[in-house]
Amino acid sequence: MREITLSQAVNEAIAEEMRRDPTVFLMGEDVAEAGTPFKVLSGLVEEFGTERVLDTPISEPGFVGMAVGAAMTGARPIVDLMFGDFIYLVMDQLCNQAAKQHYMSGGKLTVPMVLRTNMGATRRSAAQHSQSLQALVAHIPGLKVAMPSSAYEAKGLMKTAIRDNNPVVIFEDKLMYQDKAPVPEEEYLIPFGEAHIKRAGSDITLIATSSMVQVAETAAEMLGREGIGAEVIDPRTIVPLDEAALLESVRKTSRAIVIDEGHQSYGVTAEIASRLNEKAFYHLDAPVLRMGAMDVPVPFSPALEDITVPTPEGVVENARKLCAGEMIHAA
Amino acid sequence: MAKAKTNTEDYLRMYAQMVRIRTFEDNANQLYLSAKMPGLTHMYSGEEAVAVGICEALTDDDRITSTHRGHGHCVAKGAEFREMFCELLGKEEGYCRGKGGSMHIADQSHGNLGANAIVGGSMGIATGSALRAKLQGSDDVTVCFFGDGATAQGLWYEVMNMAALWNLPVIYACENNGYSEYTRTEEIAAGSITARAEAFGIEAHQVDGQDVLAVNELTQKLVTRARKGEGPFFIELMTYRYHGHHVGDINREYYRSKDEEKDWKENRDPIVRFRSWLVAEGIASEAEIEAMNAEIETDAREAVAYAEAAAYPDVSEVDMHVYAD
Repeated sequence: MREITLSQAVNEAIAEEMRRDPTVFLMGEDVAEAGTPFKVLSGLVEEFGTERVLDTPISEPGFVGMAVGAAMTGARPIVDLMFGDFIYLVMDQLCNQAAKQHYMSGGKLTVPMVLRTNMGATRRSAAQHSQSLQALVAHIPGLKVAMPSSAYEAKGLMKTAIRDNNPVVIFEDKLMYQDKAPVPEEEYLIPFGEAHIKRAGSDITLIATSSMVQVAETAAEMLGREGIGAEVIDPRTIVPLDEAALLESVRKTSRAIVIDEGHQSYGVTAEIASRLNEKAFYHLDAPVLRMGAMDVPVPFSPALEDITVPTPEGVVENARKLCAGEMIHAA
Repeated sequence: MAKAKTNTEDYLRMYAQMVRIRTFEDNANQLYLSAKMPGLTHMYSGEEAVAVGICEALTDDDRITSTHRGHGHCVAKGAEFREMFCELLGKEEGYCRGKGGSMHIADQSHGNLGANAIVGGSMGIATGSALRAKLQGSDDVTVCFFGDGATAQGLWYEVMNMAALWNLPVIYACENNGYSEYTRTEEIAAGSITARAEAFGIEAHQVDGQDVLAVNELTQKLVTRARKGEGPFFIELMTYRYHGHHVGDINREYYRSKDEEKDWKENRDPIVRFRSWLVAEGIASEAEIEAMNAEIETDAREAVAYAEAAAYPDVSEVDMHVYAD
């Protein structure tokens, strides 16, 4: 199978959907000729023109609000938010407006829009261009949240998001844009709420999102050499969450570590760990561990930044302790 | 008074719509005062000529976005009393199945994209609706209603900029009722409000919001031009809110005097003014007008009774409509 980059996969997904459905359009800062700073959207303006690939001023609440209105009246906008950190700027439009229209109207209004943005630290971009804010969005009923872990997921999830009748936020890890993965030439969609078992194992479950799936897979390799079989599961969407698949795995392995690049406190890892505790308690041989980013603003210095995010070595160390029956937080 | 619609039937409908708004609000206020309505609400009384003058220049295909003070827009855009009162009381037959309430009534069938409880919160939605119209080659126009208080929100300046850059068919209708909640507008708004729109190259108008024909005449012209791609436009409508910020804001002399309220009610009431004009022009007699008023009173009373007796939504609905299929 051919291999393409995550960036190309997103571009292909959007182009295919724009060809299929004339109501789909793109808007955001420097999405047209510039194709975004990450060049993910390069070439789309040549095919679809500046009416459907719309460069906006630097007015995030304004253009996200406009996407909501366009979506409520018959279009399917894809809004590009240049950095995930800018989600704070659009919270009212996203959480008070987009998320609630369907419910507040008793099901009469719908907001079929996609907000694509990014996440991920270790790019030396400091505290306001490095955050992973998926937990904030996942907290709000009415929004769906997709977190592709490779080019394959990026394409299939984007196509599903564009066809979904709800506001969907997609977080792409900005360090993965050039990572290649096998992606079929023929069309495919990845349904929301279906986790993917990346690797089977019977001793411990590693539940990981986005780029943390790579971290978990590397850790699983290392653990395998020590005779510990780690199962790696990628939920692919955290809202909706394929709770059944996660529970099935944990009931089998009886141990779990949840890994996500958002801040650890009150985060995605906390939510998933809590559900496992509530619903698989008697199957557990050890506490479910959370591994998120440190609860500090992302520092600039590489010497500091690199230690704020989960690493394969850290996962291996925790997995080893869990499998050895050490209650690592007992002290 | 200025002349706009030239058809007798249109004049009478405009009058009836204004009375329907006032009557709806009087009944809603009574529901609040008699503790029959959950929560609270914001009365539109006094501003009827704004909603009616504007909405009478629109078709069902044209969209509006409304505000927390939105009952007037909803009635003027064609909504029915029954579904509105049901919504105010949280009943299943309400426009939003009781899930929205007074501050979120939406009526898709007449192009009302909904009231919004965030001040200025629908400015993006209205402008986006206009962007959709332009992208899809549709000739509908969107009117964005908001109050003078909302002119302090940054969102307005962002979306006006884009609307002007892209010539979007949107009309920003600022209902300046003199008060931003419990504060006089001049204490929250520096300079001129129309000048703010003009700074973006947007044609701006100020109109007497108590004169329904003046409002209607101006809006008709602007809607026609907006359909041809000459938008956006801005209108500042000078009006007055008879009640407090909300129904519970009763002792309000600390921010405005009873004399001031009396002056607006006795000398500038939009319904009284239009009624006198209709009689003077021989369009309707006093007796015909009284009959119209009585019919509307009866409609409202019946709708209130219906809504009071109507069923609440089943508890199984609580987690319905979080996500669309």
